[in-house]
Amino acid sequence: MKILVPVKRVIDYNVKPRVKSDGSGVDLANVKMSMNPFDEIAVEEAIRLKEKGAASEIVAVSVGPAKAQETLRTALAMGADRAVLVQVEDGAEVEPLAVAKILKAVADEEAPGLVICGKQAIDDDSNQVGQMLAALLGRPQGTFASAVVVEGDAVVVTREVDGGLETVKLALPAVVTTDLRLNEPRYASLPNIMKAKSKPLAVKSPADFGVDVTPRLKTLKVAEPPVRSAGIKVPDVDTLVAKLKEMGVA
Amino acid sequence: MQVYDAPLRDMRFVLNELYSDDGFGALPIHAEFTPDLTDAILEEAAKFCREVLLPLNRPGDEEGCHLENGVVRTPAGFIEAYKAFAEGGWTSLASSPEWGGQGVPEAVGKLVEEMICSANLSFGLYPGLTHGAVCAIEGHASDALKAAYLPKLVSGEWAGTMCLTEPHCGTDLGLLRTRAVPQDDGSYKVSGAKIFISAGEHDLTGNIVHLVLARLPDAPPGIKGISLFLVPKFLPKEDGTPGPRNGVTCAAIEHKMGLKASATCQMLFDNATGWLVGEPHKGMAAMFTMMNAERLSVGIQGLGVGEAAYQSAVWYAKDRLQGRSLAGAKYPDKPADPIIVHPDVRRMLMTMRAYNEGCRALSGWVARALDAEAHSPDPEVRKRASDFVALMTPVVKALFTDLASDSANLAIQCYGGHGYIRESGVEQYARDARITMIYEGTNGVQALDLVGRKLGANMGRYLRSFFHPVSQFIEENNVDGPMKPMVEGLARAFGALQLSTATIAQRGMKDPEEAGAASADYLRLLGLVAMGYCFAKSTKIAGLKLFFGAEDKAFYDAKIKTATYFFERILPQATASFLAIKAGKTSMMALADDAF
Repeated sequence: MKILVPVKRVIDYNVKPRVKSDGSGVDLANVKMSMNPFDEIAVEEAIRLKEKGAASEIVAVSVGPAKAQETLRTALAMGADRAVLVQVEDGAEVEPLAVAKILKAVADEEAPGLVICGKQAIDDDSNQVGQMLAALLGRPQGTFASAVVVEGDAVVVTREVDGGLETVKLALPAVVTTDLRLNEPRYASLPNIMKAKSKPLAVKSPADFGVDVTPRLKTLKVAEPPVRSAGIKVPDVDTLVAKLKEMGVA
Repeated sequence: MQVYDAPLRDMRFVLNELYSDDGFGALPIHAEFTPDLTDAILEEAAKFCREVLLPLNRPGDEEGCHLENGVVRTPAGFIEAYKAFAEGGWTSLASSPEWGGQGVPEAVGKLVEEMICSANLSFGLYPGLTHGAVCAIEGHASDALKAAYLPKLVSGEWAGTMCLTEPHCGTDLGLLRTRAVPQDDGSYKVSGAKIFISAGEHDLTGNIVHLVLARLPDAPPGIKGISLFLVPKFLPKEDGTPGPRNGVTCAAIEHKMGLKASATCQMLFDNATGWLVGEPHKGMAAMFTMMNAERLSVGIQGLGVGEAAYQSAVWYAKDRLQGRSLAGAKYPDKPADPIIVHPDVRRMLMTMRAYNEGCRALSGWVARALDAEAHSPDPEVRKRASDFVALMTPVVKALFTDLASDSANLAIQCYGGHGYIRESGVEQYARDARITMIYEGTNGVQALDLVGRKLGANMGRYLRSFFHPVSQFIEENNVDGPMKPMVEGLARAFGALQLSTATIAQRGMKDPEEAGAASADYLRLLGLVAMGYCFAKSTKIAGLKLFFGAEDKAFYDAKIKTATYFFERILPQATASFLAIKAGKTSMMALADDAF
């Protein structure tokens, strides 16, 4: 079975994002970029399935600028077998629907048994691509996975839902999106980093798949969250209750 | 708080931008190590250091190592971290692919070493010593020993040590007493006591391979009668796996000022089975292969600690609100300004920063020479590179570790009273860094090595490998323009260095004590000129990048500002060193021994 893992190049989770002074977006100039952490979990899960013998090949795919090659190399260094970059212009915004359409086209070509995506990217927090992709492919989806077990021609996914865990069984081929507790991604080993350089990485364009990536949404304004004002200490419970009532909370 | 994130941007600058014209050329054997690959290696190493090694640094210092029933237990978390480190292939980074190594250039390997030492110096010693043992075995041992030991040492499955020091002999190894008696099967029985053996015993690996200096029965007295032996903790079985326990035990571990998570052991060899490495009575030559590699590594250890101390100090200087700027409040919305606004705090931070960047640039140059020495197809280049490495080894060792100790103390000073409290984490840097000035040959011994062995050797040939590039740079860049003050400053310091060299050569011929009295100041002077050269070169490149509109403006701008600080505030110390050298030995030696 082949596994397709979409990965996105995003601002590193350790970096404190700053909004551009004109409010048009987040300033990405000279900012450290890394693989979206949920996608790292997806790559790790694919590798574990391969190590268990449930998968035979892992293809990492990214929709992004030329520099997203680095992100794909990271996936290759972790253990993916080959990579596809669907390259767009640097700075171009590709919305979830366009990404899902491109991934559908890639999936049509590659015919994977399983697509494992991160549940969302930490830059725009859309949480849409996996679901849209499943719909476009007409395949079952298991989102927010905290456990993935392949059983014959089905996959059993434990989902993190509000208030508990839900277990679903999906017929393969299927789409799974990863939640935080699914696994802890490995560190790429030095020999694998070196091997990654010679693994195949194909570069394509959205036009190759006949997908129009023109944005359908217009960003009006991006602003920093309001600064939290300092809290106050109250002397006793009565004052606390009074204050809460005053604020209309209690 | 201990704060560390590898300075990847500066590392990439040193690796990819600074030395394209150093004459060592591109090496065919390293063609595959393009910037995208080395970036990936450095980034993953940085991640591992930040996430795995750094969090163990302070707990490791608090817990230390413990000897129980002859077994040394490393602090909690070290076994798991070492396992992950070895599995990640990091133990084999710079080793030859012939033995399962990755063959990564030293120019990259030294940067990774720096990161490890910044994150957790104690941890770094375990794989560091193994790498030294690999170099000695690879260079001098028989093919059978190589085949039996190198693959397991390179993979990190086994660890290595170097056993030189004995209770009565440290610097003067000619006095050593450990004996080796030949056996009929070609092996030897080694007996004696060794002290200060880093990683002599621990729980990280399945076997420990000791490289031991000892005397054969027919050995001539003194330093010319010393041979090198390989003595494993467990004797390998036919299939290569560890077999019966050999006669080597850890009698005690030292209670040290710092570096507490690294086990410093007293080792007893009692008729332990060993094998000769290299020729009889030629042990010092074999050991020096290991020592020279280790000396450079100790310099890098200093740089690593200096960088961690600097980053931790910067974090505090931005976080600690106290008083107002002398120029009026700079952060009026806060109850006080962060202390980074104060000139004296700036002095400390800029000094540490300049030390670190200067040392990193210099070690990058030496690392390129190491690669060229080993792999250049051109014999002339190999010779020049080898001369440069020989000259710079004592400089890197002593200069970097002296400056690291200064940096660690400056970091404590930035923290004020909190720096003196263990929980702040910075006093550990001062304790850990302190040993780097002492082991692998004290910094005094390094200075003697520079003045006594390197300066005059082959009619000053070693020195020319450094003087030529510097004088050439001064000649080429001594033109009107923004670089002028820097080039003039470099030329002045270089002039002082040339004069000092002549003075030492002249006086030292007649009176070796004169050379000894000048040695520490001379090493510092040469180090300052070397860092000055690196900073001038960095400024030139940064200036060009800015002129041509490079993307990373903030980095190049900061580089020039740091370089300017070095030239205005640190390089003037060259004059003081020069005057001290000129004064000669008289006032140093005048007081009678009894008057002390």
